[in-house]
Amino acid sequence: MTDLKLVLEAILFASQKPLSVADLKGVLARAADQSDEPAVRALKRTKTDEIAAALAALRDEQEAGGRSYCLTCVAEAWQFVARPEFAPWLRVLAGERARPARLSPPALETLTIIAYRQPITRAEIEQIRGVSVDGVMQTLLERGLVEAVGRAEVVGRPITYGTTKAFLEYFGLASLDDLPGGDELRRIPVERPPTLLTVEPGLATVPPAQLNLPSAEPAAPDTPPAPPAAPATSDQQSP
Amino acid sequence: MVEYKVQFKVFEGPLDLLLYLVKKEEVDIYQINLTRLATQFIEYVELMKELDLDLAGEFLVMAATLMLIKSRELLPRDLQAPVGPEDEDLEDPRWELIRKLVEYKKFKDAAAELQALERRQELTFPRQAPRPEAPPAPGRPEVSLFDLVGALNAVLQRFQARGHASEIVEDRWTVSEKLEELRGRLSGGQRFRFAALFDGATHRAEVVVTFLALLELIRLRVALVTQTEAFGEITIEAAPPELSPPPDESHSAEPAVPPTPVAPALP
Repeated sequence: MTDLKLVLEAILFASQKPLSVADLKGVLARAADQSDEPAVRALKRTKTDEIAAALAALRDEQEAGGRSYCLTCVAEAWQFVARPEFAPWLRVLAGERARPARLSPPALETLTIIAYRQPITRAEIEQIRGVSVDGVMQTLLERGLVEAVGRAEVVGRPITYGTTKAFLEYFGLASLDDLPGGDELRRIPVERPPTLLTVEPGLATVPPAQLNLPSAEPAAPDTPPAPPAAPATSDQQSP
Repeated sequence: MVEYKVQFKVFEGPLDLLLYLVKKEEVDIYQINLTRLATQFIEYVELMKELDLDLAGEFLVMAATLMLIKSRELLPRDLQAPVGPEDEDLEDPRWELIRKLVEYKKFKDAAAELQALERRQELTFPRQAPRPEAPPAPGRPEVSLFDLVGALNAVLQRFQARGHASEIVEDRWTVSEKLEELRGRLSGGQRFRFAALFDGATHRAEVVVTFLALLELIRLRVALVTQTEAFGEITIEAAPPELSPPPDESHSAEPAVPPTPVAPALP
């Protein structure tokens, strides 16, 4: 029995571009059609979740193997990448890469709000940021990181915005589920305490539990879909 | 005269300034004294106005909100507007502000995490596999010796038909001469039919000598002889480089060719 993992590894190794599970499924099916070998034909009807599981296992194996590269999933597509700590050498090798300028803090904040609360109107974003977002929205739209996704069913039917595939690629995220601290920031509003405790005038109290992102602590290990491209912040910086 | 306005970049909005002030107090948001915060905020706004910094209108709205909170708390407690769960409609401005601050801080933290991802992604280099070379066109089968002899036979029969068979000629052709001539034609990138090899031949002996030279070139892997189909036309071309042996080998092999003229056995 041919090891599906190794077949996928070989395909991704030789591929010119990242491949989605559907792409890989297609390659397996076409190869089976063109081959008489039982080992190749055996993989013809490989199921999507089998491929996904094999990819995850392969990624973990690569990870455990302590290689200089790893398998990563960005915007639902898998590819091999070198680990960030080897960037000093690879930068020389690759020459200047045409990577767009880094986002400004306001742009990042606005983008974050859109990412977690999409679809969201401009007015809603401004409510959270407490300041107009016209300029940064323009930047984000021009860079293709966000796009209009519909209209809100409220008076005036304002445009709602959401993030694009380019957004996932720019941050190396597998999917929107992969956003750091996602659950906390999505729709859950900050709960109003049962009674506002004003022991002393001017002192307002909010439960301390609501003050920090849960992911500020080391990422919980029970979140399997997070690929290495979306790690906890601790291992970001290479020495 | 153009008025110069300094864009105040550090505080993008009033919530930014509030968070900064909270941080400066070194207390958690839930412990902040809003009255003191309001005073400080207004001080900052006044100073920024004095410096003629371009201040977003939202700062003034926030200052007004803070003034409201502050003024309410100047009243004795029993005169303050009642707040609490029993009157849902009346939103306590303090609570409203804290809620906004907490929410904003969470997004700010998340933005910092995204920024870390942005940095990491800058350092991530994907493997770039070269475009796989198209597989070589299905190779034409190489010709066997029997095919070649058969083809030679057909050529020789042409000479027989011309009635040259009994003619006696001196040995004018050598294998090594023909070999060099053929090698020259092949290295020019020429590709020709087997029959064309003998187009210039004037004698049966020349055909045989040319043929022997061809065999030698095939052995040296200089010439590649192929056939599109079984018993089809035989084509001769220069062998692709990967088939060529290292130059010194072919060199040493060359003297193996007998420079002596071949005397074909005449009937």
